[in-house]
Amino acid sequence: MKQPPRSHPLWLAFVLHRLSGLTLALFLPAHFWLLSQAITAPARLDGFLTLAEHPLVKVAEFGLVFLLAVHMFGGLRLMALEFLPWSNRQKTLAAGAVGVALFLSGTFFLRAI
Amino acid sequence: MLEVIVQRGTTEASRTDRFDVPARDSQTVLDVVTWIQQAVDPTLSYRFSCRVGMCGSCAMMINGVPRWTCRTHVSRVVQNGRLEIAPLRNLPVIKDLVTDMDPFFDKWVAAEARHHPTRGRLEDSDPITANSPDRAEADLGIECINCGICYAACDTVAGNPEYLGPAALQRAWTLLNDSRDANRSGILAAVSGKGGCHNCHSMGSCAQYCPNALNPMRAIAGLKRETVKAALRRKRDA
Repeated sequence: MKQPPRSHPLWLAFVLHRLSGLTLALFLPAHFWLLSQAITAPARLDGFLTLAEHPLVKVAEFGLVFLLAVHMFGGLRLMALEFLPWSNRQKTLAAGAVGVALFLSGTFFLRAI
Repeated sequence: MLEVIVQRGTTEASRTDRFDVPARDSQTVLDVVTWIQQAVDPTLSYRFSCRVGMCGSCAMMINGVPRWTCRTHVSRVVQNGRLEIAPLRNLPVIKDLVTDMDPFFDKWVAAEARHHPTRGRLEDSDPITANSPDRAEADLGIECINCGICYAACDTVAGNPEYLGPAALQRAWTLLNDSRDANRSGILAAVSGKGGCHNCHSMGSCAQYCPNALNPMRAIAGLKRETVKAALRRKRDA
């Protein structure tokens, strides 16, 4: 059976929140492992930090900051939805979360290049 | 001519049949189904009653979207001369376009979404204050006619058969805000269980597809708030 179309804003906000959370969960172990190299193998850490100058890594970092920001602001919207008096502006708030995340990650990217 | 693909059979053994149906002005999807049954295949089973969007019995999936067939004009939903008609999603199929609504209504009972009177039948009825905030909140949800469209639209119901669903939870919310309901703690206990309001992921498909423009997501958010408040209160008083 055909599924109902999910192209409405709040469903997209839901899936963006889930996917960003999942991606961050996969990224964090690698992030912590890399940080641990500062203590256990500083030379290897320096090697990775040189890699961070590569343009592709800068784009990936932009994506990472976007995911982090959109997950945080999207999560704040959900907490407000569940704990504060109801607001009918859920679509606007979800769009705002994406907008603020794009602004922050875009600013981060412009400073990085 | 319209090319109409109709899902037939039961959940276990389903197939699709193709019918060519004459296109008419102001034709509704219910008109199309009725024409097929009366002119081509009298064995086609479907459910309807009022034909004016009051009874909530004719909801089906039209090109994948849950809709009242009686209030849906073919011209609004037809895609390249083609209509796909299937029974409501997330419910067992009895035959063809007729779903078994038992799981849907069993969940209303499980959510304590039924009136618990504060007074007996021989006493005067309890007056309500029309403009109190609680009454205004309850009024937002009482136009639900149990058509099952939100239940069919909800992906959480699709993924979790125990989830009570938007309609039952919204009714529980209207009763929780009703000064004439005597079982507030019972409702809160029923909606905070395993299949309760905290399963909702706030995807909003219930509000998106409700033909009465109700917002069960708002009601469920209210239930989440009240169940958390009640839990904190219990902890403080313990």
